[in-house]
Amino acid sequence: MFDINKIRKDFPILERKITDGNKLIYFDNAATSQKPKVVIDSLVKYYENYNANIHRGVHKMAEEATCAYEEVRQKVKSFIGARNEDEVIFTRNTTESLNLLAYSLGELFVNEGDEILLSEMEHHSNIIPWYILRSRKKIKVKFIPITDNYELDYKSLEQLVTKKTKIISLTHKSNVLGTVNNIKKIAQIAKANGAVFIVDAAQSAPHLSVDFQDLGCDFLVFSSHKMCGPTGVGVLVGRREYLEKMPPFLGGGEMIRKVTFEDFTTNDLPWKFEAGTPNIADVIAFGVAIDYLQNIGLENIYKYECELTEYALDKLKQFDFLKIYGAKDCNKRAGIITFSNPVVHPHDIATIVDQYGIAIRAGHHCAQPLMKKLNVSATARASFYFYNTKEEIDLFVYALKKAFDYFAIGACNELIKGKINAKQNATTTR
Amino acid sequence: MQNKTLPQLDDLYKEIILEHYRNPHGREPLSKVNYQAEGMNPLCGDEVKLTLQLDSENDKKIEKVHIEGHGCSISVASGSMLADILKGKTIAEAKEISKYLKEIMHDKINDTEIDIGDLEALCGVKKFPVRIKCALLPWTTFEEALLGHEHVEIS
Ligand SMILES: Cc1ncc(COP(=O)(O)O)c(C=O)c1O
Repeated sequence: MFDINKIRKDFPILERKITDGNKLIYFDNAATSQKPKVVIDSLVKYYENYNANIHRGVHKMAEEATCAYEEVRQKVKSFIGARNEDEVIFTRNTTESLNLLAYSLGELFVNEGDEILLSEMEHHSNIIPWYILRSRKKIKVKFIPITDNYELDYKSLEQLVTKKTKIISLTHKSNVLGTVNNIKKIAQIAKANGAVFIVDAAQSAPHLSVDFQDLGCDFLVFSSHKMCGPTGVGVLVGRREYLEKMPPFLGGGEMIRKVTFEDFTTNDLPWKFEAGTPNIADVIAFGVAIDYLQNIGLENIYKYECELTEYALDKLKQFDFLKIYGAKDCNKRAGIITFSNPVVHPHDIATIVDQYGIAIRAGHHCAQPLMKKLNVSATARASFYFYNTKEEIDLFVYALKKAFDYFAIGACNELIKGKINAKQNATTTR
Repeated sequence: MQNKTLPQLDDLYKEIILEHYRNPHGREPLSKVNYQAEGMNPLCGDEVKLTLQLDSENDKKIEKVHIEGHGCSISVASGSMLADILKGKTIAEAKEISKYLKEIMHDKINDTEIDIGDLEALCGVKKFPVRIKCALLPWTTFEEALLGHEHVEIS
C-alpha cells in the first residue's frame, strides 16, 4: 500500500525548516533525490562495522565488504533487468558511464566519417563525451529534432539513421521536458541499421519501471543519487558481446589480471571497467535504496507522480501567461514541470519560492542546446518524487502567485499585460 | 499563512529595483562607440551587452552608456543603474564606483564615502549570496570593456 504519511517519515530531511516556520518542500528531484533513513544508516553501519577494501583481503571484514558490494550488483541486475551480473558495471555517475562508452566504443569501432546520433533534448553529459570523441576521430555528431509537442521527431530519426550511424545515444526521459521516449521502437530502428544504441536512464530509472532486456537497447546508464541512493555511484549495463571487446577506460588496480615489466592483461568483466578502489560504502547503501524503491514499487511511484503532475498542471492553469514546456498528455511527461513567463525571471521565482522553503531549479538545467531550441535563456523547473504531496503543490502555487504579485503590482499590471500581449502576438505572427 | 510577509524579500526586491527592472534605463542608441563588451553568465544564461560613448572634447568622461540584454530583475536593475550613475563620470570615477560596489557585495570594510545613488538599494543582495553574481554582471562587463576584452564569461 502506498502510504504517503508513512513514506514521508522515512526521510529525515523533510522535517527541516528552511526559513522561519517554513518546512522544506523539495521540488528539485530531477537534480538529485533525498535519502531515506535506511540508506543513511547503512553508510554509518558500513563504516562502523566492516569498513575494508574489497577483492584483495583475506580477513573477515574484507570478505564481508566484498560480499555486500557484490550483492548489490545482483540487486541492480534484477532491478534493471540485465542478463548477467558481469554485465553490470559500477561507475561514479551517469556522466562517467557515458564517458566510458564514448571513449571505449569510440576506440573499438568508430572511424573517420562515421556518425553519432543524439537528440535535441540531451543533457550535457550525453553531448560532451561525443564532442570529445569527435575531436579525436573525424566524425559527425547529429541531433534528432524535437516536435512542437516536445517529443522526439521519429520521422526525422528514421531519416537521420544511415549506414554511417555507428552509435545512437538518447535519453529515456528528458530532464527538462519530462518527455518519455519510445525506446523500444528506437531499438528496432537501431538494430535494423546496425547501430549501437545507448540509453541514458538517469531520469527514468528512479521513476518508472525500466527493464534493460525488454527495452532492447545495447547499453543503459543511470545514477544512484537520483533514486534515493548516495552520490558517487553510477551504473553501466551493457552486452557482453561489446564489453568483452571494448578496451579499458581507466587503468590501475582491480581491472588487471597480470602485470609485468612489459605489459598487462585485463581482468574479467565487470571488474575490467572498475579500476581502483570503488565507492564501496555508497554502492552498499545504493543496494539499500534499491530495496527501498522496490518495496514501494516503481509502478506505484510512477502512478502517484502522474497524479501529482496532473494536479500541479491543473493548478498552474490559473496563470494563463505561463508557458509550460512539455507534452500535454500526462502519460508522456511525468514528474517534471518546466516553465517560463514574460514577467518574472526564473531566478527571481526561485529566490521568492525559496523564502517559503520551496526548492526548485532555475537556469538551463544542463541542456543549453535545448534551451536554444526552446528559444529561452532560462526556465524554472519543479520536479517531483513519491514523497511529495498535493498540499506541497498548493503551497508552491501560493508562493508562485506571491512571486507574480510582487512583480505585478498596481499600475505595473497594465504594463505587464501589455508585455504579455506583445509577446503572444509576436509568437502567433511568427 | 495567507498574509504572511517576507521581510527578507523586501530587502532584496526594493521598489526601486523593481522600477529599474520594469523600465530599464540606458536603452537609447549611442552616436559612437568607444568601448564595448558582452558579459555572460553561462550558468544562468544572463547576458549583458554594454557600450560606452566618451565625451568628444576630452576622452576622459563617459557621455552615455548603452546597455541591453536579458536577465533577472537584479542583473537588469543593476545594469540600468549603471547606465544612470556612470553618465558624466570620468573613467577613473567610474572605476571607483565599480570597485566600491564589489567591495560592498563581498562585505569588505570600506571607509570611502561615495554617493552611489539608487545603487544603495542593491546592497540588500548581500543577504542572498547566490544572487551577488547577478548584481555584479553589468559591472564586471564594464570593467572588462575598459580593458578591451569584448567577451566575458563569469561563473
Ligand atoms: C537526463 C540526464 N542525463 C544525465 C545526467 C547526469 O547525471 P550525473 O550528474 O549523475 O552524472 C542527468 C542529471 O543531471 C540527467 O538528468
